[in-house]
Amino acid sequence: MTDMKSILETIRMIEKEKLDIRTVTMGISLLDCAHEDGARARERIYKKITTLARDLVAVADQIEEELGIPIINKRIAVTPISLIAGATGEEDYTAFAKTLDDAAEAVGVNFIGGFSALVEKGISNSDRILMKSLPGALASTQRVCASVNVGTTKAGINMDAVKTMGQTILDVAAMTRDQESIGCAKLVVFANAVGDNPFMAGAYHGVGEADAVINVGVSGPGVIKAALERVRDQPIDVVARVIKETAFKITRAGQLVGEEVSRRLGVPFGIMDLSLAPTPEIGDSVARILEEIGLEACGTHGTTAALALLNDAVKKGGIMASNHVGGLSGAFIPVSEDEGMIAAVQGGALTFDKLEAMTCVCSVGLDMIAIPGDTRAATIAAMIADEAAIGVINNKTTAVRVIPAWGKTTGDMVHFGGLLGYAPVMKVNSFGSEAFIRRGGRIPAPVHSFKN
Amino acid sequence: MKAIVNVVGRDRLGIIAEVSGVLYQKRVNILDLSQTIMEDYFTMVMLVDLGQMEGSFKSLKESLRACSEKIGMSIRIQEESIFKAMHQVNFGGETLD
Repeated sequence: MTDMKSILETIRMIEKEKLDIRTVTMGISLLDCAHEDGARARERIYKKITTLARDLVAVADQIEEELGIPIINKRIAVTPISLIAGATGEEDYTAFAKTLDDAAEAVGVNFIGGFSALVEKGISNSDRILMKSLPGALASTQRVCASVNVGTTKAGINMDAVKTMGQTILDVAAMTRDQESIGCAKLVVFANAVGDNPFMAGAYHGVGEADAVINVGVSGPGVIKAALERVRDQPIDVVARVIKETAFKITRAGQLVGEEVSRRLGVPFGIMDLSLAPTPEIGDSVARILEEIGLEACGTHGTTAALALLNDAVKKGGIMASNHVGGLSGAFIPVSEDEGMIAAVQGGALTFDKLEAMTCVCSVGLDMIAIPGDTRAATIAAMIADEAAIGVINNKTTAVRVIPAWGKTTGDMVHFGGLLGYAPVMKVNSFGSEAFIRRGGRIPAPVHSFKN
Repeated sequence: MKAIVNVVGRDRLGIIAEVSGVLYQKRVNILDLSQTIMEDYFTMVMLVDLGQMEGSFKSLKESLRACSEKIGMSIRIQEESIFKAMHQVNFGGETLD
């Protein structure tokens, strides 16, 4: 028998420290659903999703019962819709979003990702229609998540797409203004997006993937925080070691769940996303880990270094615990979804600019940040350009998911509800970036991308 | 398939008798057992074999829940594999059933 101490440790992690499997996400290829008749294409999409994912929720619930570990979200990611809908000749893809929404509801998942376009180098006609459809699609669906990839290390940054997305985010905010501009919480602008990310809102099923795949994202900020409470005042090497050991255990739980879901559904297990995903609940915060490492408040000087250490140690612990690593892998810092981040913003410790610095060393980017509703389109586009530059230059995934909250100004609160949480509206730089964004064109790929 | 049963609560007479009674009714064999007192709480961990179990895992869980209400203690049952996965480096390829 596993020793009693280890058994009780696992039980404590689950019961008291909020260890859970954050998401089991089924990736589904829709490449074989394309059809020149839009109605036929949507029929195929609905049928494929509801057939392949029919038992996803039931199987995950069964495994949760047997292993005694919560599996919080069951989700679906599909092939970027711009690649499928282009065959139809339709001028608006909102109907495709509605089909995804219906399919997600039918199988009981809370989010479906992949209303997406990959435009890092150029914008096809289909990509243009998809981007134009985003406000209507996000306003008329509940479960659909969208993403647009505007840059990669290999291709550089498509500034035309960046410009378009600055305006699009404002349009989505306006279209969903009666719900705190929540549509923007379901729209991610990426650089170096990955096709096996299980987390929303940025999940889509990459074109190099199989017909169906299971990807798993774990969680456990509370577990890491509790482990670090036991090594207060010890050298930073000890902090790194404790995070690694804890990340190993957390990831192994995810690996086991992924293997079981995969086996029972007869769908290959793709990757583990070695993640620390916070929630707005007390005791489930990445910011509080950074504070436990020794910062008075998240956002003060030293935050970037502490986050770099955390992110790296999570990966080192998780890599050994899983067969295949992928997705975004690292600590997430979504402001509205992290109780400690929210408190740090309210206390004046954490600013927009510091969050940008933090994105250089962690998973993803400027995430779930509410900004004033009157922020200009060029300013949002410039935020996207900055974030994409960090990703493209550093060979990492970065993203922008900001919410220009309709009618709100700095200091107001925005409530999204559930896992999406709540956020204070943050101050943004008031100086303009219009002339920079107006130029359009492409920022060339960085010199270190030429590796052949 | 094996599982871990964990019982925690204020010490009283007949805890093992009550829990093992439920396991016996369900034809669940106890393979190993350890117990201790932690911070005034009785804590017991049992390794059980579900190979000859009568009924489903869910119904066993339900019976243990009823037992936990009867004796006023917390009782959990979880597949053993999650403990092995999290605490043994050389875990892999084991399945739940």
